[in-house]
Amino acid sequence: MSTKILIVAEHDGSKLNPSTAKCVTCARAIDDADITLVVCAVDAAAVAAQAAQLAGVNRVLTVENPANQHALAAVLAPQIAAIAGPYSHVFGPSTTFGKDLMARISGLLDAPQVSDIMAVESPTRFRRPIYAGNAILTVEVAAGSKVVGTVRTASFAAAASGTPASIEKAAVNVELPLHTRFVSVSAGRTDRPDLQSAARVISGGRALGSADGFKILYALADKLGAAVGASRAAVDAGYAPNEMQVGQTGKIIAPELYVAIGISGAIQHLTGIKDARTIVAINKDSEAPIFEVADIGLVGDLFQIIPEIERLI
Amino acid sequence: MCGVNAFAPTPCAQLSRYTAKPMKRILVGIKRVVDYNVRIRVKPDGSGVITDGVKMSINPFDEIALEEALRIKERGGAEEVVVVTVGPADCQQQLRTALAMGADRALHVQADGVIEPLVTARVMLKLVEREQPLLVILGKQAIDDDNGQTGQLLAALWNRPQATYASKLELHDGAARVTREVDAGLETLEIDLPAVITTDLRLNEPRYVKLPDIMKAKKKPLDTLSLSAVGVEPRVQLKAVGFSPPAQRQKGVLVKDAAELVAALKQKGLL
Repeated sequence: MSTKILIVAEHDGSKLNPSTAKCVTCARAIDDADITLVVCAVDAAAVAAQAAQLAGVNRVLTVENPANQHALAAVLAPQIAAIAGPYSHVFGPSTTFGKDLMARISGLLDAPQVSDIMAVESPTRFRRPIYAGNAILTVEVAAGSKVVGTVRTASFAAAASGTPASIEKAAVNVELPLHTRFVSVSAGRTDRPDLQSAARVISGGRALGSADGFKILYALADKLGAAVGASRAAVDAGYAPNEMQVGQTGKIIAPELYVAIGISGAIQHLTGIKDARTIVAINKDSEAPIFEVADIGLVGDLFQIIPEIERLI
Repeated sequence: MCGVNAFAPTPCAQLSRYTAKPMKRILVGIKRVVDYNVRIRVKPDGSGVITDGVKMSINPFDEIALEEALRIKERGGAEEVVVVTVGPADCQQQLRTALAMGADRALHVQADGVIEPLVTARVMLKLVEREQPLLVILGKQAIDDDNGQTGQLLAALWNRPQATYASKLELHDGAARVTREVDAGLETLEIDLPAVITTDLRLNEPRYVKLPDIMKAKKKPLDTLSLSAVGVEPRVQLKAVGFSPPAQRQKGVLVKDAAELVAALKQKGLL
């Protein structure tokens, strides 16, 4: 018998977020997975077409409603809950979108949630990090219980493209609340690669000294085609905006190359980067904890080293 | 427009945030957790993490939740701040700390063993029905189990708005404008009250507790209720099968300058 899994697609109205392809890989790790992706949107056609391309997806359901203009958990959750009946697993990405939404779905379904799934051991057994990744918990869901899950995207590769799956419209007839209204979102600059999916990431810490100091990182990042991140200390100090924060309460990432510049390496930061393939640390303090996890370390003055690297590449 | 008046009791900019009459009550949920400075170790037999004799504290995100509630009250936005927790008898230490920070009274729902988020949320819902707050503020996640669910669960069960990961909160007549830290940047929502708000790190910096306040807190009311008195069944749907330490990264190499670094990256095929 197949295991019916529903995955909630994350998107911005026109493009599918890469986090969704990672949820698909997680779901495929479950034996005999029968995977349905649901796209909630005003007009779902473009996103559904992208979702249907993901290998392993059996069908795409679209739920269209003018109320789905913005991804509001209070509005989306009842629509997902309304179609979740036949599924034993309801998954979404462990991004701010998914973390906000999936737990609300869990409440509506009265089904327990496994947060931050990093490995699948069986259809009912999962591994997840706790204590900021300082311990790994293996958790077993009670037999027969529906389970909601958020997928730790850094733990799974993106599903490749495959034979396009069918796209069907789902008729959802539930009353949607009006008590939650979207006002605005600050648009960050988009001409650099996305931090969460970039192959190369360069991050700066408080040692950069100012928002101006971050400019030397941007210059290097642009030469490398890298995304730019920041430590919590740098964000708190106002050197970089919050969406650049890497770490336990920021973004958890798994790039091929991670370069930590002037970052001491608090445990909360290391939690966000430990799935990176190669970690490079540049710091003037040779005792900084970042060197414990770095594959390549360089002790010295970043304001001399960064321009030099830029010249050499 | 606000004029400058050094003798004004409260700056106008802040007063204008609370045009409505103060709300009756804010409910704040807190959790007792291993202090964030403690280095976590998994027990050799994999049955849990070592918590014997380690320092316990209020979950840092919940401390931010309490601080926000206290600031609202101090600006005239609320009459009372009630702090609640679900857990074993020891949790009363953290409730006392919360009272010392400035909460008016505390509710302790006694429960032993693992309490799953759905159970906590059901308890919170019962307390909400009893206390009728216009605002419930919680931390976005607890730093022990890192589940990050309780606020959203409560909002779902209560059928009320949620604004998670808040970094700014403004109250208007019967509504709140909340800035949220999301992956894309900062999102602003407007939500009708009553509502649930969960806090992110940059919402505020919690105050330190002063000694006289610790003495005063001893006289503040702290009521203990059992799960059954509240009317919630304990339920375990997620069984912890085992705990293990995380995979360690191999110790790397040190290079002496930028040229060596670039050479090493080229050798690895990364440049």
